Amino acid sequence: MVSTSSTNGRVTAAIVGPGNIGTDLMYKLLRSEVIEPRWMIGVDPASEGLKLAADQGLVSTHEGVDWLLKQDELPDLLFEATSAYVHREYAPRYAEAGIRAVDLTPAAVGPAVIPPVNGEEHVAAPNVNMITCGGQATIPMVAAVSRVTPVSYAEIVASVSSVSAGPGTRANIDEFTRTTAAGVETIGGAERGKAIIILNPAEPPMIMRDTIFCAVDPDADTDAIAASIHEMEQAVQEYVPGYRLLQEPQFDGPSDFTKGMRRVSIFVEVEGAGDYLPPYSGNLDIMTAAATQVGQHIARNLLGGN
Amino acid sequence: MPENDALNTLERTWSGIHGDEPFGKLDLRLTDTCLRDGSHHKRHQFTAQEVHDIVAALDESGIPVIEVTHGDGLGGSSFNYGFSRTPEQELIKIAAETAKRAKIAFLMLPGVGTKDDIRAAQDNGGQICRIATHCTEADVSIQHFGLARELGLETVGFLMMSHTQPPEVLAKQARIMVDAGCQCVYVVDSAGALIMEQTADRVSAVVAEIGGQADVGFHGHENLGLGVANTVIAARAGATQIDGSVRRFGAGAGNTPLEAFIGVCDKLGWTTGVDFLKIVDASEDVIKPAMPEECQLDRMTLMMGYAGVYSSFLKHAGNAAERYGVSGAQILLEAGSRKLIGGQEDQLIDIALMLKAKQDANA
Repeated sequence: MVSTSSTNGRVTAAIVGPGNIGTDLMYKLLRSEVIEPRWMIGVDPASEGLKLAADQGLVSTHEGVDWLLKQDELPDLLFEATSAYVHREYAPRYAEAGIRAVDLTPAAVGPAVIPPVNGEEHVAAPNVNMITCGGQATIPMVAAVSRVTPVSYAEIVASVSSVSAGPGTRANIDEFTRTTAAGVETIGGAERGKAIIILNPAEPPMIMRDTIFCAVDPDADTDAIAASIHEMEQAVQEYVPGYRLLQEPQFDGPSDFTKGMRRVSIFVEVEGAGDYLPPYSGNLDIMTAAATQVGQHIARNLLGGN
Repeated sequence: MPENDALNTLERTWSGIHGDEPFGKLDLRLTDTCLRDGSHHKRHQFTAQEVHDIVAALDESGIPVIEVTHGDGLGGSSFNYGFSRTPEQELIKIAAETAKRAKIAFLMLPGVGTKDDIRAAQDNGGQICRIATHCTEADVSIQHFGLARELGLETVGFLMMSHTQPPEVLAKQARIMVDAGCQCVYVVDSAGALIMEQTADRVSAVVAEIGGQADVGFHGHENLGLGVANTVIAARAGATQIDGSVRRFGAGAGNTPLEAFIGVCDKLGWTTGVDFLKIVDASEDVIKPAMPEECQLDRMTLMMGYAGVYSSFLKHAGNAAERYGVSGAQILLEAGSRKLIGGQEDQLIDIALMLKAKQDANA
């Protein structure tokens, strides 16, 4: 369904949550050829994000989603950048109103999407979930290994600067680890997944770093695994230019301390594009960049272009 | 019993606010952590028999609290930190079944373990939930303290790497934990880098903030050889719960040697409820045989205290140094200058690879 609001070959979009994520997302969507960000929805009249959105010509309101849903003209697409609790509450109403939702909270109402892995699988779903920043940064690499050889276990360690971890992440750190671990399994393709997150307060703030460990067969083809990892680095760089391998993938033989598993270790750094957020917060940038990618896939599908 | 002069009189003694205690009145309540912090030194390879024997010996000597968990807390068994030989929940269960008087404590780090792990540890007999965060990140523990109290567990908060922050920052972070339901906040010298007055200032600031509402504790490491000295001064500053590990069996150069501290307490007239002769026997006859080697002040561990590096990095830095043919001490120094915190063991491999690349370029 395409609402009459689509104009100039673009679908219209609302951003709910004018915080750091929502504001950074806005700047990315403003550059999109297939999405027109038209509304910024908040609840605090003093919000800096609402002001910046108004400056960019978006309809900005502090009267919340209830206001938006009462308008005659509704968006085709909505990006949720509030909290898991808010999204769980409103997701059914978006669906009822025929608004497609891209969920940047860990609410996990809809299927999870990682652009270079299953980005186009769920373009027709009413609601898609972006998992977590740690998931966006690491699951592509788990998938890069598992498309070459079975991964019996994958573990990711995400280190982010304290200043880039908002109150939502802090209050729900269990949801972060659980949602990410689930994504490592369902999308990364690992039989079993585990996620660890570290908040580091160093000044100047550290750039997001992620380590991905995968357990593979002792006789797996290491050249093929390494090549697949490098290909995946490039695929992610298409939408996050600051995503890079810090080291060549490392292969360690089975030992008593690895429970007899052969270990592949992958080290990445995620530097943000600096649209609104500072470059060290690559963890937030990869979320908004991935959400933009996914939103564009949905938009193209809505526009019938594919 | 020695004479109590003014210096030896403790202004604060353990409140015992946590219900009936089988130990009577204690000036200081001790927790032995060799089955948790020592898990690092043991590379997480404890057997069920070792845990049984150590708990039995510690319990018999009168240690009131024994901590048992993977070194990095519940859920720590991993590539990043090392896999447990025996599942930690099984070890907690054995410890709880073995102890007659001592309470069994377990550690969890938000971001590594989850609330489900806390529930499981309680089901296996754990009674004290110790929740550790880096000392500026206390707010990640709020949901876990909430759950632990709801479950009726006694709670302890760990402010790790306390040497990195001034006293007033620690006091504010302690406040966050106490407001969330924490009943005792520990100043944790994870790097063994605090020096005497620095310990006292931090403990005093936390006591000033939360004293009366919650206990204050101190957890020391030996990387500069100051474990007992720091602990004595912490007690004088108002810490009433004290960690240590018999025979220093802990990460880095090990923890405050608990048997030595108990001897010191006897001489100062501070009641711990522990029988000095029995704990010394336990150290020699039970703990020592379970240790892969003694905890030592050597080049690597001294570097940790000197550079302010998280003690559990020791074995991982050693592994990476050996694997890539670079200096372990250099890895630790770089970890210090990168301001790595507890949990970032993965970055030690990155550092080793960087050092190797430099070394190769110069060859």
